[in-house]
Amino acid sequence: MDGEELTEQETALYDRQIRVWGPNAQRRLTKSHILVSGIKGTVAEFCKNIVLAGVGSVTLMDDRLVNEEALNANFLIPPDENAYTGKTVAEICCDSLRDFNPMVHVSVEKGDLSTFGAEFFEKFDVVVIGYGTRVIKKSVNEQCRKLSKRVAFYTVDCRDSCGEIFVDLQNYKYTKKKLEETVECELNYPSFQEAISVPWKPIPRRTAKLYFAMRVIEVFEESEGRKHGECSLLDRAKVLEIKKKLCEANSVSESHIPDNLLERLITGHTEFPPACAIVGGILAQEVIKAVSGKGDPLKNFFYFDAQDGKGVMEDISDSFTS
Amino acid sequence: MDTQHQQSALKAAKVLMVGAGGIGCELLKTLALSGFEDIHIIDMDTIEVSNLNRQFLFRRSHVGQSKAKVARDAVLRFRPHINIRSYHANVKNPEFDADFFKQFDVILNGLDNLDARRHVNRLCLAADVPLVESGTTGFLGQVTVHVKGKTECYECQTKPAPKTYPVCTITSTPTKFVHCIVWAKDLLFAKLFGDKNQDNDLNVRSNNSASSSKETEDVFERAEDEDIEQYGRKIYDHVFGYNIETALSNEETWKNRRRPRPIYSKEVLPESLTQQNGSSQNSSVTDGDSMISVMPSLGLKNPQELWGLTQNSLVFIEALKLFFAKRKKEIGHLTFDKDDQLAVEFVTAAANIRAESFGIPLHSLFEAKGIAGNIVHAVATTNAIVAGLIVIEAIKVLKKDVDKYRMTYCLEHPSRKLLLMPVQPFEPNPSCYVCSKTPLVLEINTQKSKLRDLVDKIVKAKLGMNLPLIMHGASLLYEVGDDLDDIMVANYNANLEKHLSELPSPVVNGSILTVEDLQQELSCKINIKHREEFDEEKEPEGMVLSGWTQSPATNGESASTSNNENAIDATDSSSGPEIVTKKRRLSETKPENHKKEAENVESEEDDDLVEIENPMMVSKKKKRVE
Ligand SMILES: [Zn+2]
Repeated sequence: MDGEELTEQETALYDRQIRVWGPNAQRRLTKSHILVSGIKGTVAEFCKNIVLAGVGSVTLMDDRLVNEEALNANFLIPPDENAYTGKTVAEICCDSLRDFNPMVHVSVEKGDLSTFGAEFFEKFDVVVIGYGTRVIKKSVNEQCRKLSKRVAFYTVDCRDSCGEIFVDLQNYKYTKKKLEETVECELNYPSFQEAISVPWKPIPRRTAKLYFAMRVIEVFEESEGRKHGECSLLDRAKVLEIKKKLCEANSVSESHIPDNLLERLITGHTEFPPACAIVGGILAQEVIKAVSGKGDPLKNFFYFDAQDGKGVMEDISDSFTS
Repeated sequence: MDTQHQQSALKAAKVLMVGAGGIGCELLKTLALSGFEDIHIIDMDTIEVSNLNRQFLFRRSHVGQSKAKVARDAVLRFRPHINIRSYHANVKNPEFDADFFKQFDVILNGLDNLDARRHVNRLCLAADVPLVESGTTGFLGQVTVHVKGKTECYECQTKPAPKTYPVCTITSTPTKFVHCIVWAKDLLFAKLFGDKNQDNDLNVRSNNSASSSKETEDVFERAEDEDIEQYGRKIYDHVFGYNIETALSNEETWKNRRRPRPIYSKEVLPESLTQQNGSSQNSSVTDGDSMISVMPSLGLKNPQELWGLTQNSLVFIEALKLFFAKRKKEIGHLTFDKDDQLAVEFVTAAANIRAESFGIPLHSLFEAKGIAGNIVHAVATTNAIVAGLIVIEAIKVLKKDVDKYRMTYCLEHPSRKLLLMPVQPFEPNPSCYVCSKTPLVLEINTQKSKLRDLVDKIVKAKLGMNLPLIMHGASLLYEVGDDLDDIMVANYNANLEKHLSELPSPVVNGSILTVEDLQQELSCKINIKHREEFDEEKEPEGMVLSGWTQSPATNGESASTSNNENAIDATDSSSGPEIVTKKRRLSETKPENHKKEAENVESEEDDDLVEIENPMMVSKKKKRVE
């Protein structure tokens, strides 16, 4: 298997991380293809991390033109107007990322994600949807699930100083070291649709409030036909109304979702860069785990809130009801 | 979170970053994005290829340049309007004194070694500036906040000491590969290529070989006209053959041990090696000394491949030949360096041959290099996460939000669902000699130990002092500084060679020494206790320092577990996060739980804080703070 060995150059560059996850994992990484859409602060951090880690290729999608808002928290965009005028966010980020690691193939794909079919997603091992609407998350997730090969699917969303990661690895087998032995493990993931359809009532009360709050915001943006993040304190009443409805429908008390948390989520337009670094770091770590098949992956939501400083995993699946 | 008020506070803040490496690059970026506009950064290092996989502000073309400066330039490219000042210097330099530290609102550490961390801790205490400290190893990370009088200082808990091995394990009875590496690196490599005058325990002495030491000394001397290959074979046969044979003659040693096998070059290598001694490799000379390698000429490509005995023996001989052929000038003053390819090849081969002898599994060059160079496992993601956590704490420090300070652990495996686990900081340890001025106790043989031993083994190595001054009563015994006159220097040098009890002001049982570091503005008292005997294996330094190790078990918590027996393996190296088992009640937990706001009427199980015994030992006893 000569052709599959890491080159001397790769071994030298990736020396310190090979000491963490081993040469086999590094080989798998260098052969993996990642699709990333929606490049705001957290996703910029994520892209930097996986490009440094040495994945095979990264395909970027974000047709927004660069403006002041896109600059915020995204260090991949130099603030030089001459450099970015007329270019899309994906194009500018592509240039910066190539520079980070010449061994990774970084490219741009244009178009509307919702119009791509399964054959498009088949080219990838990992699909990451950043800042997507509920419709996009559902539809891309379904496309990936149709394929015979397993495409690891992630969504990531940051509002104010809070972040959410969703993971769908479908049926996932991996190995982990337990004491001296290597044990085989298997996990079954619900789809995005299945996960967010889990009734709230049986979900343990200690579950992160952010899980519920994010669902409220999603429903609000969808029902109002807003893009991701298009909301403000003016929408407070409508958001609280949706919260009330959802809580009633799920037979849980409204205290389930603190109002001030919802307020933070709808007013925090600018991302909080430390939270981006943290959530983008966790997401990259998860993608590296899934690609290399090493270590316990996250199942199936992750939350970070800078206010309490906790980074917590939540498993939201049918298991509560059965 | 992103209020106007906060933004202007960050804008006005002046922060000092120490370290522009793995954490530093991430930290500088996140600080700049978060709105900090006055950032100073100190780092003495230059950029290396193995940094590029995570220190994302650096490119291949920057190799060899100052980390602090390149990091500054890179961040200014996406935040041109802010002020970043870089210092390509050692933070221990005297210009970085307490007055220098005082100009900053907070100090942020992204360091990779214990020594510098302790030094910065002392300066922060002296200058009364808050410190946010951090460390990572692989997927593990830690961020802590140290504010004088409010939380513990960096040195309130003893740090796990770097591993040392008993001398005889290294010289005669290795049982692990690391023992072979230490032998190859610290003894054999040092003997052949380092300072000839250094003490060296290379030769095993059998019971009756006191007389043989003279003849063995000569083995390592190469005669002017001696053929290099012959010389190499002679060394090989001596250290892997003769020395093992000599050791075997000492039956007592092997009663309960597996007997090693002597190996001679003629058993494993052909009579004459056809390999040329590297003369065909003229092309590599331009790459610089650190790139010279025997691997291409031996057809060895993959550093992760395991070499057999013959390959290791070839590498041994060829590497030795190449040192004499290409780097003759350096011989006599080389020290092992993990970035010196030929040195790594030689040490790998020597360690493997020795391992073969002792029935220890062999290792690849890649693995051997990691062990020999104490290489810290590092990934970009952990550094990015830790940098984000540092900035969050720095913002709290600027707002003086004392109740919200947290010490946060990044875990590889979730503990109670948490991957990022915040805990309340610990209180200062009242018996800490650094922040609480508690006297130390030193047991020492005052008639046999010299002042030099005390300075080297205790004041520098243990107390981490940089520019020490030692006083006994009113009498000044020793000091370091640029402004001393010749007579004083001569006096101090004379004192260094004297036994403690023979000093101008004799130091004996019951004496109290004052040890100070004027730069660190640290002063501590040492009570001297005379003791005659020390156990050579357990107390190899011939002296025992104690006094600040116990952390108090307050609030009636039973102190059933000892303090640092569970220091994590992964943090062996002093560069990683020092995650030490702690058993202490968290400082008065506020009963009000800030989660309990108006809407949260129902009783919450929200445990904002987790009391942990050891955050890395997942399922161990943990109590909720209620
Ligand atoms: Zn202290």
